[in-house]
Order: sequence, then C-alpha cells, then structure tokens
Amino acid sequence: MTDLLPLIVAKYNYWLYVILMMIGLYAMIAKNNLIKKVVGMNIFQTAIILFYVSIGYKKDATLPIIQNAHGGQDAHAAVIHAIDYINPLPHVLMLTAIVVSVATFGVAMALAVRIYQRYQTLEEDELRMRLSEK
Amino acid sequence: MDNYPVLIVVAPLLAALFSGLAVWIEERLSYPIALTGLAISVFSAFNVLLQVITSGPIQYRMAGWAPPMGIEYRIDLLNAMVLLLVSSIGFLNLVASYKSVKQEIYDRAPSFYIVYLLFMTGLLGVTATGDLFNLYVLIEITSLTSYAMVALGDRDRGPLASLNYVFIGVIGASFYLLGVGYLYMQTGSLNMADVAHILQSHQESSIVLTAFILCIIGLWIKMAFFPMHVWLPNAYSYSPVAFARVVAPLMTKVMVYVMIRLMITVFGLDYIFKSPFLADAVVWLASIAIIFGAVMALAQKNLKKMLAYIIVCEIGYMVGGAWMGNQLGMTGAILHILNDALMTFAMFLAVGNIVYKLKDVELFNLTGLFGKMPWTMAGFVLAAFSIIGVPPTCGFFSKWYLILGAFEKGAYHFAAALVISSLICAVLFFRVFEICFFPPISEDSGHKKSHSPVVMAEAPVSMLIVSGLVSLSLIVVGLYSGTIVNTIIIPFLK
Repeated sequence: MTDLLPLIVAKYNYWLYVILMMIGLYAMIAKNNLIKKVVGMNIFQTAIILFYVSIGYKKDATLPIIQNAHGGQDAHAAVIHAIDYINPLPHVLMLTAIVVSVATFGVAMALAVRIYQRYQTLEEDELRMRLSEK
Repeated sequence: MDNYPVLIVVAPLLAALFSGLAVWIEERLSYPIALTGLAISVFSAFNVLLQVITSGPIQYRMAGWAPPMGIEYRIDLLNAMVLLLVSSIGFLNLVASYKSVKQEIYDRAPSFYIVYLLFMTGLLGVTATGDLFNLYVLIEITSLTSYAMVALGDRDRGPLASLNYVFIGVIGASFYLLGVGYLYMQTGSLNMADVAHILQSHQESSIVLTAFILCIIGLWIKMAFFPMHVWLPNAYSYSPVAFARVVAPLMTKVMVYVMIRLMITVFGLDYIFKSPFLADAVVWLASIAIIFGAVMALAQKNLKKMLAYIIVCEIGYMVGGAWMGNQLGMTGAILHILNDALMTFAMFLAVGNIVYKLKDVELFNLTGLFGKMPWTMAGFVLAAFSIIGVPPTCGFFSKWYLILGAFEKGAYHFAAALVISSLICAVLFFRVFEICFFPPISEDSGHKKSHSPVVMAEAPVSMLIVSGLVSLSLIVVGLYSGTIVNTIIIPFLK
C-alpha cells in the first residue's frame, strides 16, 4: 500500500485521464437521457485529448519556439537542446482530434434533435416504450 | 503517372466538393459529378494494382515530405487489391443507386451523393495510408459519414439507430486513438514502417502490449466482432438501401483489412504469436462469433436484419483466420475480405432490388418473388450459394483455406464452427427460397387452393445489370481464386 501512493502521485496525469475516461464511459452506458450520454461521450473524447497533451510535456521545458532564432545575439551560438522544449507533435495531433470530436458532438446533437422532434422525448426508456408499441 | 495512389483518394473528395457546389446551379448535376469522381478512382486503383504487381510496393509521399515526418501512402499488394475492390464496389453501387435514391430519399438526393463520396474517400484513405494517426482521422471520416447516412434512412428508427451507432463508434475510434498514443510514447513515430522498425527492439515492453490490445479492441468494435457487434444490425437495416448496399460489404471488411495491416506491418506476426494464449483465445472468440451470428440470423424475420447477422458471422471467419497464426489461415482471411465483400454486395444488390419493388423485406412478404423478379432472384441465389460455400462460387475457396488453416493449427472447434455455420446458412437461405418460390395463396378461393397469377415486375435495368455483373463476378473470382492467391496473397505474405 505504501508503494502505491508514490506511484499514483508520480504518474498522476495518467490516473486523471483514466478517471475522466471512466466517468465518460459510465455516463454513456448508465445514463438514461440521450443528451447526458452525448455529454459523456464528449468527456470520454476529452480524456484522450488530455492524455495526448500530457505525454508531450517535459519537466522544466518551454514552448517549442526556438529562442532568439530570428536575429538574436547568440542565435547561432546557442545549441538547441530538444530537452528544453516540449514535444509539439502530440498537441498538433490533438488539434485534428478536437475537430473530429466537435464534428461527432455536432452530429450526435443533430440526431438528438431529430429524435426529439419525432418522439417528443429524450429519455431512453420512454423511447424504447414508444418503439415497442409499433 | 506517379500520382495514381493519391488520385484514388482525392478524386472522390474533390467530386464531393464540386457536386456540393453544383447543387447551387443545378441539382441534377451532382450525380454525374459523383459518378466521374468514383470512375477516376476505379481507374487509378486499377493502374496502381498493375503497377504494384509488376514493380513492387509504391511509396507516395504527401507533398514530398519524407517519412517519418510526412504522411506516406504505402501501397503494396494487399492494399492495391482492397483499393480496387472498394473503389469498384463504390462505383457500381452508385450506378445502381440512381433509381433507388430517387425513390427512397427523393428530397435529399444531392446530399446523399455528397456524403456518399465522402464515405468513399474515407474508406479509400483508410486503405491507402501508411500513417497511424492519418488512419484514425480517416476512420472517423468514414464513421461520421455513415452516422449521417444511417440517419437519412428509416425516418422512424433511423436517428435512434444512428445515435447508438455514434456512441459505440466513438468508443471504438477512441480506443484506437489511445493505442496509437501509447505506440507514440514508445516509438516517437507514427509512420507504420518506421514504428515497425523501432518496435523490433521493444518486444518486451508492456506499453507496446497495451497499445496493441487497445488498437485491436478499437478495431473489433468498429468491425462488429462478436461481443461488440450490437450496433451493427440496427444501423445497417435502418439505413437507406443505397447506402446499406455499400456499407455492409465495405465498412467491416476495410476494418478487417486494417487489423491485418496492423498485425502484419506494424506489430509483426512474430510478436503477436509469441504467446499462444492470446491467439487461442481470439480463435475461440471467433468460433463463438460464427455460431452466434449464424443462430441469430436464423432467428430473424426481416431479410435485412438476417443479412446483418450473417455479416457478424463472416467477421468471425476473417478474424479467426487472421489469428490462426499460419499462412493458410491468413490467406483464407485475406481472400475472404475479397470474396465476402463481393458476395455481401451481390446479396444486398438483390435485396435493394426487392426493396425497390416491395418497399419492405419482411420474410413473409416475399412470396412468389421467383416469378415476379426472376433476374433479381437469380442474383440472390448465386450470392446465397456463395455465402453457403457451394464450390464454383468464390465463398467456397476462402472457407477451404480457413478450414485447412484451422486443421494445421489444430483448432478443430473453429473448423467445426465454420461447417456448422455453413449448414445453418444453407437452412436459412433455402427457407427464403422456399418462401420466394411459391406464389401467394389467395385466401378467398375456398376449398380449392388456387394460385393468384404472377405478373413479372422487375427492378430498373441499371440495377439489374449491376446485380447481374456482380453475381457473375462471384463465379469468375471463384474460378480464378488460385490465380489471385498466387499473384497477390502469397507474394504479399512472403
């Protein structure tokens, strides 16, 4: 038990993303209201985006913009250490993933609107009842 | 021309843009533009296949950026075959769709064509790309368009089926994305060939194992492998028939392709089959999937739903074959991608023709169809024989390889599941034939059961021609399956 705590603290970013992901998954599975499910889906996707953002981070590192690159005094003298800069690639990937998740969210919302127009309800048990009546 | 690999993907994308713009001028223009885009795609895919067969794999660098920095399209024999398959099915289905779209979604025909083209772009991109993250984005393009398409279908249940599909699809894609994240953590690269190269020195890493499991589970959800199949029957049977015809044969098969690509190219078969336990478990799961799919298909009263469960069953064949861990099984799985896509397409074309005339495909409504629609039913019978696995049709040959693979591995339960499911399919289809063969019995004629006269009422010629062509291709592919295996699959696996 004493070993577990440092492990959690040292890798808290992974624990956070796992917890967020499980919250999202729980909402998608257990909630009855379709909008709540859609929100759960969004939390689920955001958890993965945060995971990617956190793996690009390095301790004591800065933004991946090379200091004094444009005509600074010691632009050529300074050696660029990769360890001084956080890894921008996962962040760039997440721009695309955010676009995807927004698009999915939009489609899901549009579908929810269509369902509401058709059945006047977004509760899943009521929908199931309506559907079995036919 | 060097740009064929990218033209396959870009042509439908641009066509989607132009047919969207063309709607502002004249609504009728969107169809010919869509047709042209996919025709260019088919032509390029054909050229790429010839090029790959004669001179080996093609590496296409997007905008000239060298991998691993840039995105690379890497086309080898397996890709090239699947690309040609996907683009031709997309094209042929579009030819057959004109009339059924006009009838079924008359008010939104242009949007149907645009979304259809984007769907094809996604599928072709998934097949062509050699970059793991690009693959994710293209999978999402494919999924997003299919959500929209399913919602376009049945006006009562379409949106709800689609929303459930969205939830499950998002979980699948997110698992895949998470797996890619872990791979990136370990390797620092996203290019498939590069990742594979780096992974060779990380065989023992638990991160790689996590990545592998997450990716594969994500793909299993997307391909509706047995415990994760619940979304498929509703989504496919409530979508418009013009879309069901293309999503049923292609979507799941392309995902199987992606799984095989990850297994062979990225992780490597040696890595996957190092511990026999995992592969054994998957083959068992596949056997259960096969039996479950077949039994559920037997329980359905609607032809579309029945076929949807047959897809679940066929996915079991392919996953089982791929995880058999020997060359015969893998050959069977790859050959079955081709065969199953063709026979499901032929089957759904026949169903599309029936829907066009009858509006629904509840089994009890199908009486007397052999007299009413003889050509459609001829196609239906051929496709059914192929799914059952009657020898001259192509379905037999891939099943043969799968069974040989199962025997070589000693997975007799898989071989047994395969044979049992074939028998169930035979029962299933002969039951449909029986219903379709006899004309409806008119109730009012008292003691003498007289048959009401059957009038021939066939689907439009364009649909019939496509249906006939694809059904004949089942036999042709069956007869030439030796050639396909020797020129494409065996050299690929070497």
